[in-house]
Amino acid sequence: MAEGGARVELRGVGVRYANGTADAVHAVDLTIDAGTFAVLLGPSGCGKSTLLRTINRLVEPTAGTVLIDGADARARPATELRREIGYVIQAVGLFPHYTVAENVAVVPRLLGWDEARIRERVDELLGLIRLDPERYRDRRPRELSGGEAQRVGVARALAARPRVLLMDEPFAAVDAIVRASLQDEIARVHRELRTTIVFVTHDVDEALRLADRIVVMNAGRVVQNGPPDDILERPADDFVRELVGVDAETRRLALERPLIER
Amino acid sequence: MAHLGTHVALAGTALVVALALGIPLAGLTADRAWPRAVLLALAGGFRVVPSLAILMLALPLLGLGFGPALLALVVLALPPILVNTDVGLRSVPRATLEAARGTGMTERQIGLRVRWPLALPVVAVGVRTATVEVIASATLAAFIGGGGLGDYIVGGLQTSDFSELLLGAVSVALLALAADSALALTQRKLAI
Ligand SMILES: Nc1ncnc2c1ncn2[C@@H]1O[C@H](COP(=O)(O)OP(=O)(O)OP(=O)(O)O)[C@@H](O)[C@H]1O
Ligand SMILES: [Mg+2]
Repeated sequence: MAEGGARVELRGVGVRYANGTADAVHAVDLTIDAGTFAVLLGPSGCGKSTLLRTINRLVEPTAGTVLIDGADARARPATELRREIGYVIQAVGLFPHYTVAENVAVVPRLLGWDEARIRERVDELLGLIRLDPERYRDRRPRELSGGEAQRVGVARALAARPRVLLMDEPFAAVDAIVRASLQDEIARVHRELRTTIVFVTHDVDEALRLADRIVVMNAGRVVQNGPPDDILERPADDFVRELVGVDAETRRLALERPLIER
Repeated sequence: MAHLGTHVALAGTALVVALALGIPLAGLTADRAWPRAVLLALAGGFRVVPSLAILMLALPLLGLGFGPALLALVVLALPPILVNTDVGLRSVPRATLEAARGTGMTERQIGLRVRWPLALPVVAVGVRTATVEVIASATLAAFIGGGGLGDYIVGGLQTSDFSELLLGAVSVALLALAADSALALTQRKLAI
């Protein structure tokens, strides 16, 4: 697998869950260029996770096609596809019976890398996410803080040099200070590796901070797709205006409060 | 000594059979609503029937001897094994399984590398419970001619030989304690 990212294209992607009466995701056309940091932004239940999970086929679309670098995601077994796509979730989901090193090594092992190469890669990744290999390699997940655990989650997802990294609200469960440092890390990792990242959040600040492109979703549809400036300055409709506008107002108030107290 | 041998053989065989049946069975039903409901209902039903009653029920159906005693003990050992295997498998966090799926493990790899290893400590508790129950209840097998250390107790009762009765009771207790501590150690090794 080469460094850099793959282009992700969704063509008319729709998802209706077996028990659902409406589409959770409806007729989404979206192209994410290679190496882009794309953020899916929208309110709870609008279909962000569902859409994200169609990319690694944890959810199979009931309509449309997902293409990775032009190749239909369905052309190969889903397990093979997933080994080339990193996946990070809010709950982290480290394997508690594995050490940090073993967690990071999961995908390389599935791919049959030899042990020497795996060991080298594990240390390289721990370095990348700024956890001292000597100190962290042999720890168990229960011996990590929430922030450290999610760093390991990111390292596990990056282990086999995926060209696409999917992240579903990865930093939503940690406190604001840790979140900010994790955001810095992922931005740096993206600059270094140029992996295509598709990142889900409902936090507007986080989206503005990280995104090359923001994809705003509402009720299963993409309502706007553009660079952060565009979203702020030229919201496509009232929904988008309110989404970023209300938040801008909150931020302004949050900045003012200390002044009042002084 | 022969009594001890029979006792261990009886309890050991019953456990092996119950494990061989119970663990795969609970594994198969854990993710299937209806089969699981049936299995847990059966396990719950058998759990509340006293072991003596199971042994006495086995008597008219299967007659006397090692075989019927074995069958009754298997029935006795199954509920904790079934229930704990089920609980163990189902208590693996969804996020862990989701992450496993996301790495590109096959369903089989998820089972072998993640789900079963994480369920194992809970399964082990069930095995420990079943072991102690089976060793203790194997004593009752003597009443239906199954042999074992219970013979000392039956004999002691018939001849009012208190020391023989005591020998039986104490040796069963020691055996159960020994098995329990051995399993407790194993369990600690399994703990994550
Ligand atoms: N496995 C499922 N089965 C049935 N319906 C589902 C399933 N997963 C999600 N849904 C439904 O699909 C819709 C979109 O859910 P999704 O999880 O994609 O939203 P989301 O934007 O990620 O929300 P959140 O920000 O709360 O995570 C919701 O109405 C949800 O109830
Ligand atoms: Mg979601």
